Formats: sequence, C-alpha cells, structure tokens
Amino acid sequence: MDLNPRFRFEAFVVGAGNQTAAAAARSVAESPGTTYNPLCIYGKSGLGKTHLLQAIGFLALERQPSLRTEYLTLEEFVERYNASVAAGQLDAFRRSAQETDLLLLDDVQFLAEHVEMQAELLRLSEAMQAVGRQVVLTCDRPPREIGGLDERLVTRLSGGLLVDVAPPDFETRLAILRRKAEERGAALPPAVLETVAEVGAANVRELIGMVNRLIAYQAVSDVVITPGGARMLLTGEAPEKEPVVVAPPSGPAPGDEFSAFLAAVSTTVAQTVEAWRSRVGEAVLRWQGEGYRTHRLEQLLLGNEIPDVATELARFGTEVDELKRLAEEVAAFDPAAAGHACFRDPDALEEARAYAERVKEGVTPPPSPSRGLDFGGYVEGAANEGAVHAAQAVCADPGRRFNPLFIAGPSGTGKTHLLHAVGNALLAARPGATVACLSAQVYMDELVAALDAGRIEWWRRRYRRADVLLLDDLQLLAGRDRTQEELFNLFNAFADEGRQLGFTADRLPGQLAGIAPRLTTRFEAGLVVELTAPDRPMRAEMVRRLLATRGVAAEDDVVQYLAARPADSARAVQGLVNRALSRMDPASEALTVEIVRFAVEGRPPRPSQAQAISAAAPSGLDAALGSREKVVWDWPNVVDRLVEELR
Amino acid sequence: MSLVNFTTREITCKIVYYGPGRSGKTTNLQYVYSQVPSDRKGQMVSLATRTDRTLFFDFLPLDLGTISGFTTKFQLYTVPGQVYYNATRKLVLQGADGVVFVADSQLRQLDENLESLQNLQANILEHGVDVRTMPMVIQFNKQDLPPELILTPPELDDALNFRALPTFPADALHGPGVFETLKGIAAGVLRGLSEGSGGIRRL
Repeated sequence: MDLNPRFRFEAFVVGAGNQTAAAAARSVAESPGTTYNPLCIYGKSGLGKTHLLQAIGFLALERQPSLRTEYLTLEEFVERYNASVAAGQLDAFRRSAQETDLLLLDDVQFLAEHVEMQAELLRLSEAMQAVGRQVVLTCDRPPREIGGLDERLVTRLSGGLLVDVAPPDFETRLAILRRKAEERGAALPPAVLETVAEVGAANVRELIGMVNRLIAYQAVSDVVITPGGARMLLTGEAPEKEPVVVAPPSGPAPGDEFSAFLAAVSTTVAQTVEAWRSRVGEAVLRWQGEGYRTHRLEQLLLGNEIPDVATELARFGTEVDELKRLAEEVAAFDPAAAGHACFRDPDALEEARAYAERVKEGVTPPPSPSRGLDFGGYVEGAANEGAVHAAQAVCADPGRRFNPLFIAGPSGTGKTHLLHAVGNALLAARPGATVACLSAQVYMDELVAALDAGRIEWWRRRYRRADVLLLDDLQLLAGRDRTQEELFNLFNAFADEGRQLGFTADRLPGQLAGIAPRLTTRFEAGLVVELTAPDRPMRAEMVRRLLATRGVAAEDDVVQYLAARPADSARAVQGLVNRALSRMDPASEALTVEIVRFAVEGRPPRPSQAQAISAAAPSGLDAALGSREKVVWDWPNVVDRLVEELR
Repeated sequence: MSLVNFTTREITCKIVYYGPGRSGKTTNLQYVYSQVPSDRKGQMVSLATRTDRTLFFDFLPLDLGTISGFTTKFQLYTVPGQVYYNATRKLVLQGADGVVFVADSQLRQLDENLESLQNLQANILEHGVDVRTMPMVIQFNKQDLPPELILTPPELDDALNFRALPTFPADALHGPGVFETLKGIAAGVLRGLSEGSGGIRRL
C-alpha cells in the first residue's frame, strides 16, 4: 500500500502525550533495525498512530531510497497471506516478506481474529529481527491486553520498544488546530481556536472535524465566528453573554426572512454534502468487511470534489457482483485460483476477466520456479560439482541432453535450490515458456482436488501444456499409486515430445521405496546426479555469501571458524550464521571470532574453573578436557538430582 | 444544465411556481424580490400584459453565495396561469428541479385549482418524468381573505393534496408563508443531493 504524503513527521504535531512515540519513531526511521526492534506504538483511535507509522516510512525512504519498505494494514497482510496460500505461493510470500527491510504494520489488534496469522507474524518478525530488519506495529491497546493473542507473540511485540500515544493536551490541541486552519486557508481568530481546544475532543480526528465545521460555517454564513458562537456550534451550549454570531460591520443588513431562508438552505446543503461522505464511508466499510479492496472509494473520500456518489457506488457494486460471478466460475475449475487477489479488487476487473478466461480454458500455468533461487546464489563445490554441471548442460540443451535429470541427496543439500535454478534458467532462456516447478506434494494435492471436483481432464490439460516439468521431493509420492500413474502418463507425454523433465528425491531412484519400478527405471534412464554434504571450502563460501547478503563484515578467521563447525547441510550452515548474527551488537558492523564463539559454544568458562580443571587433569589425560565445547561447565544442582534418583 | 456542477462547484436550482391564473404566483416572486438584499438579487424579469397578467413568465435569479464550497444560485420562475398558455408552461417546466403549486384558497376557484394541478401532472408526464420523483410543495394562498370566501388549509389539503406533499398556508401579498414555501421546496430539491447528482430526475 502506498504511503499517504500528508503523513510525514513535518506534519505531526508533537506534544506531551506523543513525544516519546514521536522520538522513538524518528529514531527508528533514521536507522531502521538498529534501535528499537520491533517498535510497537499503541493508543486509541484517532491519535496519530497511522500518521507516525507512515512518517517512519517516508523518512526512512528519504534517507535510504533503496530501502525495501512495506506499509500494510493487518487486513491487507492477511489478505496477501491468504492469496499466497490459495495460489500455493506461501514460500514466495514468506520470502518476499522477509526481504522487506522495513515492515510497517497497522492495526495489529485485529490479529485476535486470525489465529493462523499470529503464528505467521511471529515467524516473520523472528526471521526479520534475526537479520536486523525493522518491524514497526501499531495497535489500539498494549499487546498484552489484546485478547486471544499468543503469549510468544505478546512477548515478541513487547520485546523491542512499547510506546503509547496519549490524547493531546490543550497546547497540542491548539497547535493542531492552528496548523489545520492554516492548511485550509481559513482565518479563524485565535480566541476561537482556543475555545475549540478547550471544548476538548477525544481524539485528533474529532478535533479536525470540529475545525472543519467552523470553517464550513464561516464559509456559508458570511459572519465572523466568535468564541461563544464556536462553542455553541460545537457543543450546543449557549454562550454566557455574547451572541452566537455577529454580522461584519461592513456587510449589508439582509432582510430577516431572507437570512432565515439562507440559513435553512445552508444547513440543508451542508447536510447533503456531508451525507455523500458518510454514504461512501459506509460503502467502504461494507465492502471491506466482505473482503474487497476499496481503494477507489477511499480515493473519493480523500478528494475535495464531490463525486457522483450514486453512480460510483452503483458501478462499484456492479463490478463486485461481476467479480463474485467470475470467482464462482473459476472455483468450479480450480478452487485455489478463485482465491486470486484480482477477484477481490474491482480495479483489477480486466485482469480478473482475463484470469478467469485462462483458468476456464485450462491455460493457467502450474506453479513456476521461485525467483530467488538461481544459479547465482548457488554455492558450487566438490559435493555438488557434477550435479551443477549436469544442470547447466540441461539448461543449455533442454529436452535432449539429459532427460530426465534426477537429483538425489539428503535433506538440506540444495536439491530444491538447484531444481528451481534450472527452472529459472530455462525461463530466462525462453521467457514465454511454461515451466512447471513444484513439490510432489502440491502435485498430489492438486490431483486430489481435481478428482474431487470432477475436472481431472482440465487438470491434466494444465500440466500437458507446460514446456518443462520439475518435480521436487519425489519420495513423497511413495504408495500414492494414482498420482504415480498420472505422473507416468505425463512423463511419457513429455519424453515423447522431447520436453525436459527434472526430479529430486532424498535417495537414488533405485532406492525409492513405494515408487513403481516403471517410474524409477525411467528416472534411471536419464541422468542421476547425487548431492552430498558440503565440505569445508563449500561451507566457508556459504558463510561468506550469507554474511555478505546481510551486509556484515567479517574477518576470514570468522568464516573459517564457522566453516570448521560440523554441518551436514546448507541449512545447518545458515543456522550457524544466524546464531552468530543474533549475538552481534546491532550498532557494530563487524563480526568477531569472540562473538561467534560465544554464539556457537555458549558462555566462556570462568577462569577459576578452567584453571581448576586443567590443574586437576593430569597432562595428556584427555584432550577433550581442554575444549570448551566438550566440557559441561554449568551443572544443574547435582545433589538434588542424586536425591531424586535415589527415591 | 444540471442541479450540481461538480467541476465548476455550482449548485443551480430551477424552481417553477405553477398554479391557476390569478392565484398569486407572481406576487410570491415579488415578495421574495422585495426581501432580498440588493447584492443578492438579479434583475426580476416580468413579461406582463397591459392588465398585469403574466404573458410569458417571470424570472427571478437569486445568488445565495458560497455554501459548503458551492456557488449556489436559485432561479425562480412562474408560468402564465391562463389555460391558453399551455405551450409556454411546458417550456418553462423544462429543466425544473422543483415545483411550487400555488393554489387559490377561494372556494370558487377550487375547480381551477384542480384543473391546473391536472395540467401540471400532464405536462410533467409529457416530458417523460414520473410526477412522484419531482420535488413539489403546495401553497394555499390568499388565506388572508374573509373566512366565508375561502377554504381552510385542512379542507384544501383534502381537496388538492393527493400525494401528501408539504403544504404552506400563505398570504403572498403581505408575505406570511412566502419564504416558508420557498424553504420547503429548497429543502426538497437539495435533499436530492444526498442521492448523488443523479437523484433528481431532469425534465
């Protein structure tokens, strides 16, 4: 969602009630990820939380234009998540969310209604904080008071800085009023503004509403508003002495009847002009409640022009009806596709029509490879040299050289990355091609759904249209005879027409239990390559790249230390680096061996203990005693434990 | 011409005073004219015969100034009441946003009132507009006459007000009820704004 240019720090009036929040927000905007992470701003509606949130985004972008900043309301976040789940692109969603440098999430209190999102947000904030990416949230009460919130999430949200925004005091109210009157070019006397500030408003929005009413009244009535008149207009209380309004001395004295007529007309016009806003506002709430994007209607509210409300609302309603109809039609073919975001946005009606047409014709492409997984990010070494060369050969001559390509190897050795890299390389070589790249589990789930909905032919057509089929984690198909049969037929169709096939599994084809021999033998007929655990030079290279992508400077001895740790997969190396980074001082940019050792091995031994042990241990007894990794220094209370066991 | 012009931010209301001959339509306008401050009123145009009957129509533009950011103008028209000027009445009705039916409260004018009311409905229908969508009020004029000569407002209401329209007893010659009537029709017309500019059916 775009940031609203009106919501900048310059336009934010700082007072006693919000100065801490404003200072924290500014500090976060100036150096995201380093000061308060996460920053959680809470306070009642209309006190400027959204303003601060967006102001952080603006200032941060001003300072670092390359910063990936995302401002979302919780509803939008949930919507994106649901859309990604529906489209089978959850991983892509997560990756994209985690790559955001500055995540600004508004109205988090609604999380109580979305239990599954709590886990997702927890995961995301953990992942983002682990790499120093900033999260800022707002909610209408402290996280602990939001009912139904996961305790871990509460702790996480409160773990950075929790700061509240209180209602503005008199001075702040006055400053806000002055600024608003100035923005609107209205000359309201200072005494009137003071009266309005005294009248008091529960929040800033109400205050702005008051000043708007005064400006509107002044515009239509040709009279100068007095403090007493303002008070009466806003509260209905009669002033003590002075009249509500007085005519300017220079103005003509209109006839009584005509003035009364004019006042009546003014009231009616004011009511009708405001009425359109409330009608649009109601429509926005209604459609948002039904899960539709109401960007267009919201824009109407922001504008100064009075729109043709009846026509606009009717058009919106018609378009929503069409979206519903399209989504229903699509759901009959592919329930997951019906959850596509375009069916929730009337502004994307054309896209929705085209998408629905594609789905109905069975030409919606199957899942494609993840963008981030390419050869550039793949670390090559002795453990995967052969596989990488084979994959590159496939990319150079798809469908002819090695078909199918079968990549086997234990979990975490980079099979999925390599498979997606092949997919991306093939897509790059032929941008219009359809590359189906998905997990065997997704393939099976889709088949089950298609069988369930009685549209198996449509599903088959979808895959048969693809130019390349890359299936990950084939071992998941063990014992799934029907899926294997479909895959067998698809395999033959691809092989006959020279279209490239690629598979991965955690073991060699011959060792795959529960997979029909007619498939395993076909896999073996192509090229089978094996990935093994990364060796030390590979691990060193992985560490180097991981640190470089996080922008962390580290000496070679740090890299070598981490590479020397036992790690049998790329994921284990990543875990080590994350642990090391978690101990790093956010303010410093360099990672030292001490920090890394502390992170990996734990607290250094107390000198006295270390000396006692080394003194007590005869020299040459066991080298392990000298290793801090292998000696337990902090025992639980041994006596208690012995007593427990004796019982 | 539309009631609300959103680009120029203008509200223009055309209100037509309709009714039988000599019911006091022009008198209504003259009273309004007399009460409007000079900087607010335009030239009142009246095309009358030598015997002061309206030959064509009266036209009184009123500039109400800026209201809620809109330059608001009212245009008050009357139609010639005499039966034989129907073509003119139809012409004046074109583009009307609201109608004030000025009824003559005199007992002996009841039939003329009914005839004129039917003529109004027929003319509106001829423009292809549903009478029910047209904002309208009824004024029972000449309530200042001796009681034995006139019908009371409830009697007139029974006789003329089939659609439960807002009604206003008036004495246009001296003023009572004139502005109440104008306020009534203005409110009816302007409420159409809340339905969006398409809310008012145009003639």
